[in-house]
Amino acid sequence: MTSTGTTNNDTVDSDTVTRAEYCAISCAEIFSGAGEIMASPMATVPLIGARLARLTTEPDLLITDGEALILADTPAVGAKGPVEGWMPFRKVFDVVASGRRHVVMGANQIDRHGNQNLSAFGPLQHPTRQMFGVRGAPGNTINHATSYWVGKHSPRVFVDRVDVVSGVGYDKVDPENPAYRFLHLHRVVSNLGSFDFGGPGHTLRALTLHPGVTPEDVTAATSFEVAGLDEAGVTRDPSAEELRIIREVLDPRGLRDREVAS
Amino acid sequence: MHDKRMRDKRTTLDDAVAELRSGMTIGLGGWGSRRKPMAFVRAILRSDVTDLTVVTYGGPDLGLLCSAGKVKKAYYGFVSLDSAPFYDPWFAQARTAGAIEAREMDEGMVKCGLEAAAARLPFLPIRAGLGSDVRNFWGGELETVTSPYPDASGRAETLVAMPALNLDASFVHLNIGDAHGNAGYQGVDPYFDDLYCLAAEKRFVSVEKIVETEQLVKEVPLQQLLLNRMMVDGVVEAPNGAHFTLAGDSYGRDEKFQRHYAEAAKTPESWQSFVDRFLSGSEDDYQAAVTKFHADAEKTGEKA
Repeated sequence: MTSTGTTNNDTVDSDTVTRAEYCAISCAEIFSGAGEIMASPMATVPLIGARLARLTTEPDLLITDGEALILADTPAVGAKGPVEGWMPFRKVFDVVASGRRHVVMGANQIDRHGNQNLSAFGPLQHPTRQMFGVRGAPGNTINHATSYWVGKHSPRVFVDRVDVVSGVGYDKVDPENPAYRFLHLHRVVSNLGSFDFGGPGHTLRALTLHPGVTPEDVTAATSFEVAGLDEAGVTRDPSAEELRIIREVLDPRGLRDREVAS
Repeated sequence: MHDKRMRDKRTTLDDAVAELRSGMTIGLGGWGSRRKPMAFVRAILRSDVTDLTVVTYGGPDLGLLCSAGKVKKAYYGFVSLDSAPFYDPWFAQARTAGAIEAREMDEGMVKCGLEAAAARLPFLPIRAGLGSDVRNFWGGELETVTSPYPDASGRAETLVAMPALNLDASFVHLNIGDAHGNAGYQGVDPYFDDLYCLAAEKRFVSVEKIVETEQLVKEVPLQQLLLNRMMVDGVVEAPNGAHFTLAGDSYGRDEKFQRHYAEAAKTPESWQSFVDRFLSGSEDDYQAAVTKFHADAEKTGEKA
């Protein structure tokens, strides 16, 4: 692959590109064409991805410090930077309702229609394991673009049926009710590849598998059939510029590796 | 100069909590492990009030109340300690034991429900919640409402009718206030403390320090004067009163102590010693024990 947006013809030695770096550029591509909206990544790898997108093809993205400040610059993971605005939690809910946002959430469970769980395992009023509760997942998924990041793709995450629907999947949409018209599950990026819900009847479909990952690996790590596995290509190489930004600017300490099972 | 005949609302933690009755619905301000009214929560633990319905963006406030079996029902958008181990162990224990009735909802629905109560409306429509398991958590208590105005295609939107979260009492903690209930936050986020006060019958605010009104409005920009006198019934001066959660510009989270809290919840023995050490006396005793906790850790060279 050729690099984009660089001034010279730097080529990339793909042998040195790590799995976490393929995940980072796949997360950056989540925001391709997003424009002037708030990018809300909820974990380290998607955070690197959002900031990489902002430093390359998506300069108009809004990003925050994860608390209440909108960042003017694009600092490294965990670093402070100049501020351009104020975004306390109450104003985040206004942004959610406005639709001008793309969130990348984690998931304890995802099913083939995109229903997601980060609340609890087991019966609603008597769970076997308690997590966060539904958090902002119902509001996110019904209002604006939502993607998911899964650092360890396994049949325990990609399940036939989630225990609690916190993030809304395509089979929950009532086509007669226009209140559902903004639901859009854009991508699922995992340590194995990049996916969307473009399979038959809005089911999980493989777009690309990271180099070294086989369709059999994905099948073994997913409880249900994944559409398009045989047609899926290989995740592209990062450009030299992307690699430089990931390694030197955004994540010099290599925090990305902690979040990616290999 | 302000009129000295205005009501002096200063009170104590225990006197404020003495106005609670078992079975009440209470709102707790802050967010997760951020500017929680922890001194009030500790006062509730000292009282015999129980059977509470709690409305909150939950953190260790809800955890502590669960540890004492005081929660019957909880309305929340999430429960988080905001740092490892993230999930509150006492809330988890109450839930997996089936000890509390959960009215779990989207985070935005909590704000919406408080706004409905603040405006004395029976409900407000909201998109969040549709298609999710939120309605199933509510056991028939959460309905939808259909717009009387069809969209351009002639179809009417059906939305969640978020009911007003009317509260019997609210407890919030701010950085600075006066004796009459004017109060401001100092830091990056007001959270939703004004909404909790607007949604409640009895409103109690603890502050890091009580100052003259004149000094309050000098120290805080106008936009950070979150509470006025109409929103507050009782003011308590409680320095470090949000501990071990963070409190804006006043102090950060006591991560080491929060980890100790979460660890202590693991066995009945370790919890009993946590209660003996920190939760069996007054607020002053608690603060002294926390100071000693850090001094001891320093001596033994424990990592922060």
